[in-house]
Amino acid sequence: MKVLQALGIVLALMLLAYVGVKVPGGRTLFGVVLPYLGFAVFIIFFIVKVMDWAKSPVPFRIPTTSGQANSLPWIKQNKLDCPSTTSGVIGRMLLEVLLFRTLFKNTRAEIHEGPKLAYGTSKFLWLFGLLFHYSFLTILLRHMRLFTDPVPGFVHALEFADGFMQVGVPTLYQTDIVFLGALTFLLLRRMILPYMRYITLQSDYFPLVLLLGIGITGVLMRYVVRVDVIGIKMLSHGLVTGKPLIADSITGIFFIHLFLITVLLAYFPFSKLMHMGGVFLSPTRNLANNSRMKRHVNPWNDPSIKPHSYAGYEDDFRDFMVEAGLPVEKEPEPKPAEEDAPAEGETKSES
Amino acid sequence: MADTKIEQMSISVAKEPSMMTGAIPRKEWMDVPAVFKPGNYCYPGKKDIVEYLDKNLPGKLFGEPREWKVEEDDWKLPENWKEIIIQGMKERLDKFRSFKVFMDCCVRCGACADKCHFFLGTGDPKNMPVLRAELLRSVYRNEFSKASKILGRLAGAREMTFGVLKEWFMYFYQCTECRRCSVFCPYGIDTAEITMMARELLHLVGVNTNWILEPASNSNRTGNHLGLQPHTFAQNAEFLLDDIEEATGVKLNNLTFNRKGAEVLFIIPSADVFAEPGIYTFMGYLLLFEHIGLDYTISTYASEGGNFGSFTNNELMKKLNGKMYAEAKRLGVKWILGGECGHMWRVVHQYMDTMNGPADFMEVPKSPITGTVFENAASSKMVHISEFTADLIKHGKLKIDKSRNDHRIVTFHDSCNPARGMGLLDEPRYIIENVCNAFHEMPENTIREQTFCCGSGTGLNTGEIMDLRMRAGLPRANAVKHVHDKHGVNMLSCVCAIDRATLTSLMEYWNPGVEVCGISELVGNALIMEGEKERDSGLRFEPLAGMEG
Repeated sequence: MKVLQALGIVLALMLLAYVGVKVPGGRTLFGVVLPYLGFAVFIIFFIVKVMDWAKSPVPFRIPTTSGQANSLPWIKQNKLDCPSTTSGVIGRMLLEVLLFRTLFKNTRAEIHEGPKLAYGTSKFLWLFGLLFHYSFLTILLRHMRLFTDPVPGFVHALEFADGFMQVGVPTLYQTDIVFLGALTFLLLRRMILPYMRYITLQSDYFPLVLLLGIGITGVLMRYVVRVDVIGIKMLSHGLVTGKPLIADSITGIFFIHLFLITVLLAYFPFSKLMHMGGVFLSPTRNLANNSRMKRHVNPWNDPSIKPHSYAGYEDDFRDFMVEAGLPVEKEPEPKPAEEDAPAEGETKSES
Repeated sequence: MADTKIEQMSISVAKEPSMMTGAIPRKEWMDVPAVFKPGNYCYPGKKDIVEYLDKNLPGKLFGEPREWKVEEDDWKLPENWKEIIIQGMKERLDKFRSFKVFMDCCVRCGACADKCHFFLGTGDPKNMPVLRAELLRSVYRNEFSKASKILGRLAGAREMTFGVLKEWFMYFYQCTECRRCSVFCPYGIDTAEITMMARELLHLVGVNTNWILEPASNSNRTGNHLGLQPHTFAQNAEFLLDDIEEATGVKLNNLTFNRKGAEVLFIIPSADVFAEPGIYTFMGYLLLFEHIGLDYTISTYASEGGNFGSFTNNELMKKLNGKMYAEAKRLGVKWILGGECGHMWRVVHQYMDTMNGPADFMEVPKSPITGTVFENAASSKMVHISEFTADLIKHGKLKIDKSRNDHRIVTFHDSCNPARGMGLLDEPRYIIENVCNAFHEMPENTIREQTFCCGSGTGLNTGEIMDLRMRAGLPRANAVKHVHDKHGVNMLSCVCAIDRATLTSLMEYWNPGVEVCGISELVGNALIMEGEKERDSGLRFEPLAGMEG
């Protein structure tokens, strides 16, 4: 149901672009104005969001320690999973951001008769997550061809590597297949696994379907529908240089592709896609586990919160203490101290 | 003991329709109300206890003291309770980056879903960490994201209602802040942080549990959560000297209280002087200190290592923790040694120096026996007993007869907080291997950073929710059962006082025949003391191997 809603929204967006470019001024709106606007929204609100996160302090050092800490010199520290230095933290973060190391360690639990719990490794989410992100990145970089003139060498190299199997005309890029395949896996996973279906929000389906829309229109343009690549490059390069020109030869499918990208850009900073920035700011991952070694200051620490004083404690119990032979700071007065605090008696405790 | 018999529980956890057994819920989670019935909630805080805590902390952190019943529909909340919650949320978003980032960047990838012991034992979808967080996140979206507010449920946003509040009270008290999900989250989202925030918010409107607040208020006034007054605390500890003498033939003279000028202040979870099997751990500590001639003292004022404040809010955590440094300063000790306790060490390791430091009146901890300087505690000046003991063993300072633990076939339960909030993994293992001949690890997905909670941490070890606790403890118990069946393990060792209490009940229920102990009990039992008698029994007066009958 929720996935159909997402599909409906994306189809409506496609239709909007398809029809929109047919009305007067529509080509400029969808080809120039909205892409600029979308890009501006992306940049500005991405920064706003990250700044907003950064504005809140990190009062305590709370890394999740996933390995042996820095302890006695002869005990081997796990410097990546429980780093105590900045370089260790950088290592932990790099492996996390570049290789999704945490997901690599994922497990799957099952309960059987007995009862008996069993845990197995589960690497599909890691694999397809990684495939999706890297093919997306490659495709994004390949698109640099459209925004640069001359086209930088790394783009040529990437194109060559991506099409190294030399299949088809034009050459088939592996990442196109991987991108669509991984997205489909991630989508089906949410639709089929009962617990995934239960936790998935409409706003989890939407970006997947949107990306599929972008991917499919892109693939169609490259392999199926004839489009005017020169005209497209003129527009895209023009957008970058501030002199956008829309050739008459550009057709509806390109505008659909571009509009979906525009929507993705504008949607990004307000959605869960911000995990791209959030992963760098997660205090359980990006801090060194050295809170006993180095003092960490909390900017809003309230010095007025003091422990119940020893003097107050001794006042409460002085006579008992003296009787039990415990040392006291002040000798007892002749009159017994009063007790008025309520928290007396013993707490119910198990055992 | 739990209300449900083990035979029935065994069938229901594995067979009854739940998300764990593959059943598909008919309703969306937002449409499933939280229903309280006896056995699935903790009793609310008593009025006088809430009044006492309120009086002792700035602001209105604990809401309006009152009598209320969880099962009734009127919780006697203040009229503006929603405002208080939303305002409280805003303040906390501004104070904790963790809270903000964790509210924003979850993608619901589901990696955490089956990592929670409460989920594994109950199959309740709202015990999946992702949904537990969504309970709060849905309100966050509604209040702090305009786009989400407009889109409403499409974006996973919903109004704060009494129904939501009930849900929070139910599920943020079915989380033990064990951080296992955080190990598996690709963004490190830590449900412990989220639960801490949610509990703070609940406290603001006076929604609380007595099993946390009463121990917390006891800790504040008497120094320990049991409410033992100084003389009782000292006498309890001294009784144990008689037991030590009876078991080993050695009379210890080294136990002092509140002694100024001692080199080391020793702080333990107070249950160790009061309740089985913690008292045997305590006997172990004392034997060790006598063995090496440590100049130490125990404080009756700071006689609780465990921090029940950490189950409520930052302010009370700080207040209770403050006693450690205050007492160290008053007594003029050089450094602090801490006993085996889980939450205590989360607070000591990750919060204490920041909250109540700098501890510049003490020295960088240095073992007077081996000369080892504990650089990893250079700022906070507090050392874990396992670090201290491992160092002693490494330097050959202990005379050990391992065979005295031959009647024990031991496994080790990594307590959540030392494991995932500190990284104390190999020190206890090194100690066990040096004082026991038979040690077997549980399966790898259930130990070290992947360890399973006892199921009753963060103040959930109360009798009224026994069934829930036995379910939440199932993953741990099941792993113990594995080594019990395979290797005949009969002793589950740990470094946590809550574990010692709760695992005992858990083992009685799921794995009869497996006992629970602190590591220091195993150490104490194996030490060859000067002037000892010929040993035929352990510290529990149980016969040693070869001495039965």
